[in-house]
Amino acid sequence: MAQQLFAYIGHKNGIADDPALELITAAKKIYADAAITAIITGSGADLAAVGNELASSYAEVWKVENEACAYPNGEVIRSLLVNILPPDAIILFAHDTFGMDLAPGLSIKLDSAFVSDAVDIKGVDGTTLTVIRQEYSGMASTHVHADISNGAVITCRPGSFQPDESKSANGQIVDKSAAAGDLSAKRRFLEVVEAEAGDVDITKSDVLVSVGRGVEDQENIEIAEELADAIGAVVSCSRPIVDAKWLEKARQVGTSGKTVKPKVYIALGISGSFQHMGGLKGSPFIVAVNKNPKAPIFQLADVGVVQDLLEFVPALTEKIKEG
Amino acid sequence: MEILVCVKRVPDTAENEIEVKSDGTDIERDDLVYSVNEWDNYAVEEAIQIRDKIGGSVTVVTVGDEESEEVVRREMAMGADKGVLLSDEAFDGSDGKGLATILKAEIEKGNYDLVLTGAMADDGAAQVGGMLAAMLDWPYASVVNTIEVLDDKKIKVGREIEGGNQEMNEIDLPCVLSIQTGINEPRYVGIRGIRKVAAIEIPVHGAADLGISSESVGRGGAKVKRVDYFVPDLGEGAEILEGSMDEITEKLIELLKAKGGIK
Repeated sequence: MAQQLFAYIGHKNGIADDPALELITAAKKIYADAAITAIITGSGADLAAVGNELASSYAEVWKVENEACAYPNGEVIRSLLVNILPPDAIILFAHDTFGMDLAPGLSIKLDSAFVSDAVDIKGVDGTTLTVIRQEYSGMASTHVHADISNGAVITCRPGSFQPDESKSANGQIVDKSAAAGDLSAKRRFLEVVEAEAGDVDITKSDVLVSVGRGVEDQENIEIAEELADAIGAVVSCSRPIVDAKWLEKARQVGTSGKTVKPKVYIALGISGSFQHMGGLKGSPFIVAVNKNPKAPIFQLADVGVVQDLLEFVPALTEKIKEG
Repeated sequence: MEILVCVKRVPDTAENEIEVKSDGTDIERDDLVYSVNEWDNYAVEEAIQIRDKIGGSVTVVTVGDEESEEVVRREMAMGADKGVLLSDEAFDGSDGKGLATILKAEIEKGNYDLVLTGAMADDGAAQVGGMLAAMLDWPYASVVNTIEVLDDKKIKVGREIEGGNQEMNEIDLPCVLSIQTGINEPRYVGIRGIRKVAAIEIPVHGAADLGISSESVGRGGAKVKRVDYFVPDLGEGAEILEGSMDEITEKLIELLKAKGGIK
């Protein structure tokens, strides 16, 4: 008999996170006909609302209601999952900062296989699950075989699986709160500190000139600023520029920065990691300038220029000014 | 505070174009420039700063072949007090759990209060720190971007979560943390720094020294195995503009105007 499939669903303000419907598609790629169980944790009216929302898409929704889960502390939720999951369970998570926090340790506690950041799933042959992942910041892909005879914990990259919108499950909500066990933990959540607002709001601009590692030096940020001035755009950036403290955090596009929806996005020296592209919504027209023709950004952009940005961008700005 | 930092020698993706071998068995490794995994460098810097503030020691450890010794030495040149190389043919082909098993054995030989890893490395799995903590039964926090030592029993850590927000936690010692880039500014290591530590002997521990049975690690012990490397067919991708600089800039300006990119 096929193993039981679960998906842990995060939520905020009573609404399930985007990957909620993507994980259904991922689970069906493991066992096409399986009934999939969603697991949610939390408290109060928010939890009830998420339960009702998910019951239209999942055959069952297991909920654990407890004040200790009001904020999703990975340490607390890992131990409750160990208590409620059956042996051999296959459980999926979104590969976000919660999934990354909880999932690897869960696989140890369950003694099951762990596959991180799956971008596609090819199915099961016997006890071998085949998954596609990426290495080297997306520059190489791999097929991975996981022995799932004792279950599996799998994190799935947000946006990589089509959401299953069929909403045909009419599922049952099952209260598992009594089985959760001891919810004290050696790591205690204190508070969330919101990101500081910066001088500019990059989410308000239709056109962004975004700089990445390829800019090489702090002084060269000017090159992007001059282009932005010439075309009436705002300068944004990828993570390494913020790590180097060349631009403020409020200008960072990506899952750990801002989510933006410009009409036009000009990526200068940005490789195009999924963490960066995850912050880009609304299908903008993407121009990529990068001297590495293998950069993943060229798979995602509409137009590409394989040139050193330090030479190309000043020439472009010059020409625009000439008008 | 006794701190252990787990590091890895990886191909430097900023310095190399990664290409897949035509038979798919590996990436092209000739002429690759290797360095210490970027995240690990921040972890070592953080450990050194904690030690300098409150005392204790920093040990750097890696699992790998003899070439991995160079990254241990580099991190010692940064200021780590000790280095250890965990190396054995039995370790080859270990999955994340195998690596965590090897590191756990080394950790149990010491008396550490804090174990740091990078948040991820070249394979992007972000898994070893969390596995290690679960094996040790220590608390864990991932993608940590601030650390404040409260007393000898607990610390306060910030985790970088979605949207650039920060999740603050209090966590009991001993614990394992995975460190995010940007937590500090790793110091520069010059050639003179490397020379200073060139003669230091770095101990090598194998499976027997660590009391690890070879079935629990390596290819045989792995539940998860990479089968091949390949270049995905992602469709056409971008239209690449070609020609002289003049032609390219002209074409691009035309496109930008059409899409509303020039105001």
